[in-house]
Amino acid sequence: MTATYDLPDAGTGGTAAGTGSVVLDVDGLSVDIRTPQGVVRAVDGVSFGARRGETIALLGESGCGKSMTAQAIVGLLAPVADVSAGEVRLDGTDLVTASRKQRRALAGPEIAIVFQDALTALNPVYTVGYQLAEPFRIHRGMSRKQARTEAIALMKRVGIPEPESRVDNYPHQFSGGMRQRLLIAIAVALSPTVLLADEPTTALDVTVQAQIMQLLTDLRSERDMAVVLITHDLALVSEQADRVVVMYAGTVVEQGPVGEVFGRPRHPYTKGLLDSVPAGATRGSDLRSIGGSPPELQDIPAACVYQDRCPLVQDICRTERPAPRHVGTDHASACHFSEEVSR
Amino acid sequence: MSVTHDSTEATSGTRPQGDALLQVRDLTKVFDVRQGRQTTHLRALDGVTLDLRRGETLGLVGESGCGKSTLARTLLMLERPNAGTIRFDGVDPLSLSGKELLAFRRRVQMVFQDPFASLNARMTAGEIVGEPWATHKDLYATSRDRAARVRELLSLVGLRPSDADKFPQEFSGGQRQRLGIARALALNPDVIVCDEPVSALDLSVQAQVLNLLNDLQQQLGVSYLFISHDLSVVRHVADRVVVMYLGRIIEQGDTEPTFDRPLHPYTGALMSAAPSLGARTREQIILSGEIPSPLNPPSGCRFRTRCWKATDECATTPPVVQGSGPEHTAECFHPLGASELVDVAP
Ligand SMILES: Nc1ncnc2c1ncn2[C@@H]1O[C@H](COP(=O)(O)OP(=O)(O)OP(=O)(O)O)[C@@H](O)[C@H]1O
Ligand SMILES: Nc1ncnc2c1ncn2[C@@H]1O[C@H](COP(=O)(O)OP(=O)(O)OP(=O)(O)O)[C@@H](O)[C@H]1O
Ligand code: SF4
Ligand code: SF4
Ligand SMILES: [Mg+2]
Ligand SMILES: [Mg+2]
Repeated sequence: MTATYDLPDAGTGGTAAGTGSVVLDVDGLSVDIRTPQGVVRAVDGVSFGARRGETIALLGESGCGKSMTAQAIVGLLAPVADVSAGEVRLDGTDLVTASRKQRRALAGPEIAIVFQDALTALNPVYTVGYQLAEPFRIHRGMSRKQARTEAIALMKRVGIPEPESRVDNYPHQFSGGMRQRLLIAIAVALSPTVLLADEPTTALDVTVQAQIMQLLTDLRSERDMAVVLITHDLALVSEQADRVVVMYAGTVVEQGPVGEVFGRPRHPYTKGLLDSVPAGATRGSDLRSIGGSPPELQDIPAACVYQDRCPLVQDICRTERPAPRHVGTDHASACHFSEEVSR
Repeated sequence: MSVTHDSTEATSGTRPQGDALLQVRDLTKVFDVRQGRQTTHLRALDGVTLDLRRGETLGLVGESGCGKSTLARTLLMLERPNAGTIRFDGVDPLSLSGKELLAFRRRVQMVFQDPFASLNARMTAGEIVGEPWATHKDLYATSRDRAARVRELLSLVGLRPSDADKFPQEFSGGQRQRLGIARALALNPDVIVCDEPVSALDLSVQAQVLNLLNDLQQQLGVSYLFISHDLSVVRHVADRVVVMYLGRIIEQGDTEPTFDRPLHPYTGALMSAAPSLGARTREQIILSGEIPSPLNPPSGCRFRTRCWKATDECATTPPVVQGSGPEHTAECFHPLGASELVDVAP
């Protein structure tokens, strides 16, 4: 499990300036999916660490395994998927081997997730007030009335106007963005130590997005929370995250401080992503995109996962998988030619 | 008072009426919501007037909960408006039934905001994309034609032909969104209402889908109503934009002037809040004040509770339409001047 993906510092150290201790330590995490065509690996040896009080972004193309990684961390994978290797340590406790009961006790107060699908994650038959109050009743033993007051306060905090009037409404009576905010409210209800947010602001306009990110920032500093922000939005990463983990075809191809990774990407894939930003592109013109598409799960190359789309590909890329190597403080890239990648 | 609310009068005056494929006038949609033991009325759309012209892309932006999806759903006749009119190609779709209604449904398609809820988990991707043909049998004669077209559509949106046999739950979020787009394209519609069509997509796929939509427009003259909160995307795709706030269109105009020289203070704030790469310290107008509720909208100008330019007048009277020309108008008493965006930034 270990060798190739063991990043000496990037995943586990506490070396970067001004950051807290690693509270979530993901080490060589792999997820296999059983499909009719056989078993495929959707997440392959992913390692990273999230420190207290920091936001770490998981960035990558659609289908690269971001949601799978998050679901594996919280132990809520689909029935056809299993963790096949690796560890997920939350403050020292391995979540992969933890019992159901242990995990349930941690879910909410210690680790929480905002799922990507805002509509289906809320239960359509209960009012949002009931669903928001649930964590307070279950984990804090509050009375219905107290819990309802907390629920209204939370709704206010995520910017639902007139929460007193909306608390008894059902999910379908809220707009897409409102439902997304309600999910965030449920996840942060008990101020968890680690918050995984899977595309938490995709359906939100910029003003509300700013408000939600501010809420997460506040919680982060109030509670010294670690935020794992899963997104494909480069601008959001650049504004909100301290560090970024770039994923491609189930693997981590680059990780490091956002300024460094975006300022001087050391993996051709990261560079390709940065080049496809539409900023300044004129109306109707073709946007630049990375040619080709990511490999299907059953066809992920054994050597470099990016070889089929990489402009720098050489023979060695087709025979040897590049191990993540340090290319700067706390900055690692899994590319044989990381020095040749420049902006 | 009547003049004050008719924000498109100026616009439609300058171009021939025939230009508009979809005409929406004073559309109002009220939902009943429970509040304790009583029922109150939520005005999700409050007099929306707009034109969608043939072959154009009209961007629709506005805060979460301002009524964008409700407008889209009402145009698709998934919700019945309480007041106002819709004309599609001169015909009121609400008056249609039978074959004519079927024809209308074929010509106007929607890409839904929620890619998860809108796909049937028991159907394969191929069946989902081809489903519209079950009600529109004339389109592709043989099952072989249909299968070929499904594969073509899947590759158009960047999926694989072999994905046709997979079920929705086997796709990631962004892949499901692309399925929704493929399904909307299946009937070769004239209008596609896209509700956040690329929000779950990363940039490279986003670029691919936007390029595809653009190509279709060039080739087939499709019109898009394009709802997105991503202003850089809207700027890229839209010919014109309308900005909604709390159930009303408060500004509309050609894309460039509206983005570069917004008139309405809300639009100004919206433009300044957009995140951008490498700009942690950019100047932003952060709106203070609570987001008002559509259950109880403010009197006069509905933006006044958060507006830094509000005067007494704004609290008592609905603002008049002002314009920097017939093609760019806003509902505001004190529209922004050219240099003001810089001035108000902290
Ligand atoms: N239940 C499943 N059965 C089979 N394959 C699946 C299943 N769920 C996900 N996959 C596949 O696993 C891969 C990773 O999916 P995941 O949802 O983690 O992607 P993602 O990075 O979150 O993408 P997005 O940005 O589009 O949400 C994808 O290729 C997807 O098609
Ligand atoms: N079926 C319904 N019953 C009651 N209220 C509703 C219903 N559908 C929408 N609403 C309300 O109407 C308003 C507008 O909702 P809509 O979904 O149109 O917003 P939106 O602009 O699409 O927002 P978002 O960007 O968050 O998707 C919201 O206040 C919402 O709560
Ligand atoms: S290892 Fe080779 S193929 Fe892979 S990213 Fe680096 S240069 Fe490209
Ligand atoms: S009418 Fe008044 S309150 Fe409304 S946007 Fe204009 S200045 Fe602000
Ligand atoms: Mg996902
Ligand atoms: Mg919506």
